[in-house]
Formats: sequence, structure tokens, C-alpha cells
Amino acid sequence: MVSINIHKTLLGSVGQMDLDIDITVNEHAFVALAGQSGSGKTTLLRILAGLEKAEGVITVSEDVWQKNSTVLAPQKRGIGFVFQEYALFANMSVQENLLYVTNDQDLAKHLLEMTDLYALRDRLPATLSGGQKQRVSLCRAMMNRPKLLLMDEPLSALDPAMRTKLQHDILKLHKEFGTTTIMVSHDPSEIYRLADRVIVLDQGKVIQDGTPKEVLLKTQGSQKFSLTGELLDIVKADVIHIAVVAIGQQIVEVVLDADEAASFVIGERVQVSTKAFSPSLSKLKA
Amino acid sequence: MDFMALDLEPFLISFKLAGITTLILFIIAMPISWWLSQTQCRCKPFVEAVTSLPIVLPPSVLGFYILFALSQNSPIGAFFEETFGIKLVFNFTGLVIASVFYSFPFMVQPLQGGFESLNKNMLEASYIAGKSKFQTLWRVALPNIKPAVLTALIVTFAHTVGEFGVVLMVGGSIPGETKVASVAIYEFVEVMDYSQAHVYSIIMLVMSFVVLLGVYMFNQRHNKRIGIR
Repeated sequence: MVSINIHKTLLGSVGQMDLDIDITVNEHAFVALAGQSGSGKTTLLRILAGLEKAEGVITVSEDVWQKNSTVLAPQKRGIGFVFQEYALFANMSVQENLLYVTNDQDLAKHLLEMTDLYALRDRLPATLSGGQKQRVSLCRAMMNRPKLLLMDEPLSALDPAMRTKLQHDILKLHKEFGTTTIMVSHDPSEIYRLADRVIVLDQGKVIQDGTPKEVLLKTQGSQKFSLTGELLDIVKADVIHIAVVAIGQQIVEVVLDADEAASFVIGERVQVSTKAFSPSLSKLKA
Repeated sequence: MDFMALDLEPFLISFKLAGITTLILFIIAMPISWWLSQTQCRCKPFVEAVTSLPIVLPPSVLGFYILFALSQNSPIGAFFEETFGIKLVFNFTGLVIASVFYSFPFMVQPLQGGFESLNKNMLEASYIAGKSKFQTLWRVALPNIKPAVLTALIVTFAHTVGEFGVVLMVGGSIPGETKVASVAIYEFVEVMDYSQAHVYSIIMLVMSFVVLLGVYMFNQRHNKRIGIR
């Protein structure tokens, strides 16, 4: 079990902010950390890794990582860390990046085969694509068989197809190595697919903590279907008004009457929901 | 003018001096530039200002202070003379000491710049992998800043070969001991032996150009290899 009770004063974009976190994470759990940028997610991860200082207590299983003035160095925590921008050792080949952590040839081979990288083992990082680099970074993080795996938006720089592949690899490794995993993510589908718990931070505080289903499904009351998006435009068409709303990568139109149209401001966050009709679901043509 | 009759000794002294200075500075400047690149200490600007002084100070000022500090009449000079029987000025040892001060920023600045350009997360990844600061410096930081290392070595070497004011003040111009190439050229001009001055000067010019060209060509190749434009 990972028990975290820390405090740190940060200087964010909106002035001073207090990061106050008091959570425990079960062994083998997969936790997603969500929240707007500047809410303290990355800082929390870096404190767990020992890369930043904070007040408070961190214990992992029976080991004390931080208590009062004693802080365990990052070198001694035995964690795995996946950075958003890969942070591979540019002077070393794919295989050397892994063996630098632990000189375990068999484990390196196993990890590279698992993630379809074995054929690329002698390549330098500069010659790899973003997705390949991040897979190398993931394998490298597993080389010391970490009890705790920390990932800071590992997939945010990748295209959707590569994300799906990486999500699959992450889940496979998480299960095979029995790690406790904490991942910063903004992508609801990714969180839903991978995590068994979501913690949402805002201004340095935990504002939501639950299963992905509880946190991510934003339905209220009798509404069974609900999406949030950004109101892009309101177009007048004869007697009705049509609101143009961006939901994720999609644009949809919703009919409004004149009073409703007047009550919205373009650019505002809106919720599109229905309860009278059940939305129909059909397969996308490939 | 007979090239065979050319006295190469001033060149040899210049290169010996530059080689020894570069080696000493590489060892001294490495930890200092690493520290400067990583520290958030408030004293950093102070240390940076001190290490950069030799760039802006007139060589005569530096030479004067070194002479003042190391001569037999100073406590340091007297101590070395009495204890080890070593004189620190007007000999080759004195030249090395003076050159180490004079060329110090030319070693520190490229190394510090190189270390600062490294991806911080890459160094952190090495710490998380359980590696000490020294291992990280040796196996991750240095191999990724080869152009900066080469620039530091070459510029320090070249700058030491090219120094004039400090070596003249601290070393005098003792043939076979402290008379380096740059001082020799000055003396040829002084006695109006322009043909010798020309030969020495063109040798210096061509060698400097070839060395710098080599450095820049290496840097371009290296940066392509590890993916920096």
C-alpha cells in the first residue's frame, strides 16, 4: 500500500497555491490522476519520485520514503518513471537504454519482444518515431521491476492509433509485473480503459476520487446521455436557432428556441443531454 | 627564407604549455561547470562573475596580480620556494599557473552551456534508474555533450597558444623556457625581421583555422547523429 500525506506551496500561473494531498493507494492498483493543467498532478508525481521536496510523509508497503527531514533519494526508491517527452538517453541504443538501468539481458529481451521493439534494439533514439520512443521509455521504466510505476501524460504526444497500442502495452506490463501504477492523464477514454480509480485534482486539492464510471459519466437525474462541449456558434435559421457545439473532435448541432439562444454565450462550456429519446448507436463504416 | 632553418622551439613550448593547461583545466573545470549548470544557489551569479573575469580583464592586470601573488616576495611564492625549492614565476611552472587562470572561462563556459542544454528529465531518468550523480555525469551527461567538450578543449588549447600579455609578464621571454610563439613573433617585429614574423604568423593562422574547421565539422556530424539540428 502506498500512503501519501504531503503538503507543498507552489507558485503557479494564478499565484500561490497549496498542494495538499492525503491519499492511500492499494497495491496493484491503477490510478489515473486527472485535473486541469497547473492543478499539481505533475508535482505530486515528482514528489513521489523524490525529484521534488515537500513536507509530509510517504510510505510504500513497510518502507518510509519520506518522514520529517529524512527523504529517501530517487536512486533508492526503485520506481519506474515514464516522462511525457520520453527522456531517453540519446547516446545509447534502444537496448543500451534498458541495460543501463539493470544489466539483465533476458528481461530486456522479454520487454522488447513484448512491445514489438526487438528488431529496433540497436537503433539510436533519434531514429525512432514518437510512439516507439515512448515504448522504449516504458520498457526502461520496467527494467528494475518497480513496485511503483509513475507516468506523466505518457500518451499525450501520440496519435490516436499509437495511443491504443501503448494503452494495451501499459496494461499488459502493469498486470505482468504486478506494479502499483499512477498515471497522469487527460483523456477520459484512456482513463476508462486503464484505470480502476480516478483522482481529480484542482488547485492542489483532491476534488473527486472514485471509479472511472463514477467520476467520468457526467449524467444527472434522469438523464442517461450527456456530453460536454464548447459552444462554437449560434446560427439563426428561420424561426429557430441552431447551436454548433464541439464535443471532443466532433461538431454537432442542437436546435434552440429564441429565449434559449439568448441565454448562451458563444465560447462557453455546455452540456448536451437527452432523456426523452434513447440515442441510437451504430457501427462506424471502416 | 629557408624553412629548415626555422627555430621550432617557441612553437613546441606553446603547444606543451597549451596541452598541460588544457589537461589541468579539464579536470578542474568539469566539476565546477557541472555544479554551475545544476545549482539554484543564490551565489551562482557571483561564482559565474569570478570565473568569467579573465575574459574581460586586460591580460596585463591578470599578469600583474599573478606576478604579485607568486613572486618570491609574496607569502605564496616564498612558501613554495622555501618548502619545495620551486620558483613560481619566470619559468615554465609559472606559465602553466598563469595560463590556468587566463584560460579558465574558456573551459568552464562551453562545458556549462553543454550541461545546461541537456534535457533535465534525461538526467532525472538516470537518477531514478539508481545511478549516482557521478555515474550520470560520466555515462549520460558527457557523452551527450561531446561537441561542447570538444569545443571547450580546443578553444582552451587555442586560447592558451594565442596568449601573449600574461605569458610575457609572468614568464618573461627566456629562450627554450618561456619564449612561446606569440612572444617570438612580437620580438621579430620589434627587431624588424618581418620575414620570420610572416612565417610564424602564417603557421599560427593556418593551424588555428584547420583546428576550428575540424571542430565545427565534428559538431555538425554529432548533432545529426543524436537528433539535434
